[in-house]
Amino acid sequence: MIASQETASKGQHIRIRIKRSDGPGKPSYWQAFDVPREPGANIISCLQWIAAHPVTVDGEKTTPVVWDSGCLEEVCGACTMLINGGVRQSCSALISDIAPNDGDEITLEPMSKFPVIRDLWVDRQRLFDSLKRVQAWVPIDGSYSLGAGPKESPDKQGTRYTLSTCMSCGCCLEACPQYNLEEDESQWPTSFIGAAAISQARLFNEHETGKQLKRERLDALMGPGGVSDCGNAQNCVKVCPKEIPLTESISAMGRATTIHAITSWFRR
Amino acid sequence: MQQQQRVIVVGGGLAGLAATVRIAEAGIPVDLFSMVPVKRSHSVCAQGGINACNEVARQQGYSEYQHFDETIYGGDYLADQGPVLEMANFAPKVIDLLDRMGVPFNRTNEGQRDLRLFGGSLFKRTHFSGATTGQQLLYALDEQTRRYEASGLVRKYEFWEFLWPIIEGEVDGLDGDGRCVGMVAQDMRTMQIRSFRGASVIMATGGCGLVFGKSTNSIICTGGAASRCYQAGAWYGNGEMIQVHPTAIPGADKCRLMSESARGEGGRVWVPRKKGDDRKPSDIPENERYYFLEEKYPAYGNLVPRDIATREIFDICVNEGMGVKGENQVYLDLTHKDPDYLTRKLGGIMEIYEKFAGDDPRHTPMRIFPAVHYSMGGIWTQYTPGTYTPGTQHGEHKPGMAAPVDAQPGQGMALGAPNNMMTNIPGLYAFGEVNFAYHGATRLGANALLSCIFDGLYCGVSVANYVTQGDPAERPIDSIDQGLYDAAVESEQAKMSRFIDTVDGAEVSDDTNPYLIGKEMGEEMEAACTVVKTEPRLKQCLDKLAELRERFSRARLPDSAAWTNQSLSYSRAVGDMLIMAEMIAKCSLLREESRGSHYRLDFPDRNDERFLKTTVASFNAQSQGAAQHDVSYRDVQTKLVKPRARTYGKVEKQEPAKTETPAKEAASV
Repeated sequence: MIASQETASKGQHIRIRIKRSDGPGKPSYWQAFDVPREPGANIISCLQWIAAHPVTVDGEKTTPVVWDSGCLEEVCGACTMLINGGVRQSCSALISDIAPNDGDEITLEPMSKFPVIRDLWVDRQRLFDSLKRVQAWVPIDGSYSLGAGPKESPDKQGTRYTLSTCMSCGCCLEACPQYNLEEDESQWPTSFIGAAAISQARLFNEHETGKQLKRERLDALMGPGGVSDCGNAQNCVKVCPKEIPLTESISAMGRATTIHAITSWFRR
Repeated sequence: MQQQQRVIVVGGGLAGLAATVRIAEAGIPVDLFSMVPVKRSHSVCAQGGINACNEVARQQGYSEYQHFDETIYGGDYLADQGPVLEMANFAPKVIDLLDRMGVPFNRTNEGQRDLRLFGGSLFKRTHFSGATTGQQLLYALDEQTRRYEASGLVRKYEFWEFLWPIIEGEVDGLDGDGRCVGMVAQDMRTMQIRSFRGASVIMATGGCGLVFGKSTNSIICTGGAASRCYQAGAWYGNGEMIQVHPTAIPGADKCRLMSESARGEGGRVWVPRKKGDDRKPSDIPENERYYFLEEKYPAYGNLVPRDIATREIFDICVNEGMGVKGENQVYLDLTHKDPDYLTRKLGGIMEIYEKFAGDDPRHTPMRIFPAVHYSMGGIWTQYTPGTYTPGTQHGEHKPGMAAPVDAQPGQGMALGAPNNMMTNIPGLYAFGEVNFAYHGATRLGANALLSCIFDGLYCGVSVANYVTQGDPAERPIDSIDQGLYDAAVESEQAKMSRFIDTVDGAEVSDDTNPYLIGKEMGEEMEAACTVVKTEPRLKQCLDKLAELRERFSRARLPDSAAWTNQSLSYSRAVGDMLIMAEMIAKCSLLREESRGSHYRLDFPDRNDERFLKTTVASFNAQSQGAAQHDVSYRDVQTKLVKPRARTYGKVEKQEPAKTETPAKEAASV
């Protein structure tokens, strides 16, 4: 095994404080665990250790902590949570970076803008629904062979590729002051849609075939909860783990909706 | 008019989504189940690319047939050739389709799709989208699926776990009258267990990396769903064929893949010539570095297939003790390339290495070691042969030679035949990594994404035909007695109770802790059943698994919650993984030869006479322990390509420093 840069010495621990909750509507409570320091450890490996040894620092026997995870290489977006108050993926949160010294403490909390299912696991369905709201797809003529797609310059490809690495993790929404927890599903279509979906609208408007739905997407972004609800705090772009130029996307869509509003008015 | 029958798809990776899109397009409603939002499926982890013949390669003498030949040779002849031919012929259509869906494939200056070199080929035939090709392909299919979801044809059940197939009648190999008519699944949040009727059920649940503990797979790739189908009577093919990827970054929670594209773009694998040389890599001069793959395989160099690269790295570290700084690690070096070029072509994986290992691979060679990556084996599936009937088998296909068969659809596998990729249980299909059909004994890099999407698109038509014209059209699923479904739900509820009832406040000991049983299984399987296997070690492994199965029968859950109980889901999967592990170990023991990824130190040669055969395991619930796995062999269809020695032009080991022309077809591997 390749040890990471850190050298783990025997007997060293990290203290992890976790904000837990048994389910929707249940009160939250804090529990702390001492986890032995291991080479190459990250938040995931610590939570795995706790699952196998669910005893708090007070010696109280408890249940394994519930959390969402998938690829563990920061490409699926599942394991997003608040780590020491900041939103990020837990797989790429290396213990050697965030808690380098013996006895260092780490706090874990669920994202606050989505309903908690249990412990650190939240329901991000609203995020996926917002992709329907902006019709984030290319309207192709079916899946049978019809030759190649449109040619594209490397620059254009580069722009679209960057936008297309959005893994729907929700960091940008967690950090956004305009995006609020909304448990009532019926309110989703008119609540602020957030940076991720706005940027996806831009991605598909930039595509030769995708732009056939440009007007529909801009209509959606002009309605309630659309691009004009952005308060320009610019938090989204700072927390995006894929460094997607979200504020650039918001400005681009803002401009596009303005032009769209004027041309729509003339078309009437 | 009769009510439209529904199709169930389990798993929302490339195979499941491609199938969903194809079947919905035929106007058949689909219920799509996944343990995660489908956009987070394991396909996102695929980095390097997707293979297909293309115009540039074609004008250099490449062809679909050459791609087919490479895949068969790479897989050491263990794959039936008809379906592989069909896949290679279909590959360019897959690229075109994904291109139309908006996948940002890398482009040349002129705006054409760019290509890169990949293992097992001397031609550029790999299409890519940065170093996150799997993610980009998955997103495109996710978007098209969402389109059908918005239109009402697709209903998604995300955070639902497949528990058991529902079978009407008896399963008895290929002879029973049983057919799959639905399944039982559980909502992972509310814990509700319920049945679903389906005119057919498509398993697209991926691989079983977690059986080997730390692998490159996602946390969800337990193989639990495949194991449940196996226990319900579905055959399992070539279970012993597990690919260990040569280049991964070991970590505390998993091993992270370092894509083959790093070598495709010029990455060189080396160790210091002097054992234990602890100088910084940049201080070691060129002539004191041992580029062992390049020296041993002058023709393919760093791009030999994965099983060969893995064994050579393993050999250098474990047997020769030449690993970097005496540890199990070798350098994968890209520092001779332009940093901007690397960012453009390999940005995604450069970032992964930087994030998880702390060094910038543009300036410091990466340190890597092999890790379990892919399961060539899987649920056994059938197909209807295509129209091509050759007079004789063909030898090695060389660039520029006329292909013995053209690329028309239906040559290798009959288009739309209802049994394509159907298991031995009618109505139950297996698509993508969960089946055994395309990769033989080793998968070539960038062929996995292809086989997943090919299954979904090509065999999705087969499912549609089965539902509209086959058995379900004559005997509709709606007319089946509800009692069959209720009984299946009760059986799963009983299994759940058996776990929940173990929670009584008493201390969970290490002996009965499901998390520790799972961990021990992974460590044992990795040690005994991966790069090098021997009879004594495999027998020891079977003994250990028997012990673990016994301990598991007494396993105690740490959580009795009736809401979002992840411990239940994991523990239940451990039981299913143990059964799969035992089957894999037993199949490994019985295959007394070396072929592709399956390397037996005690039987180092390939033995076509005895083992040019598919291993078929079937589960016998009446028996106990390892005797539950009935193992038999079926002939492999090799009607197109004649098996030849698989050497990849290896030169003799005695003169490691020289680079000569490759020795022509030396001794067998």
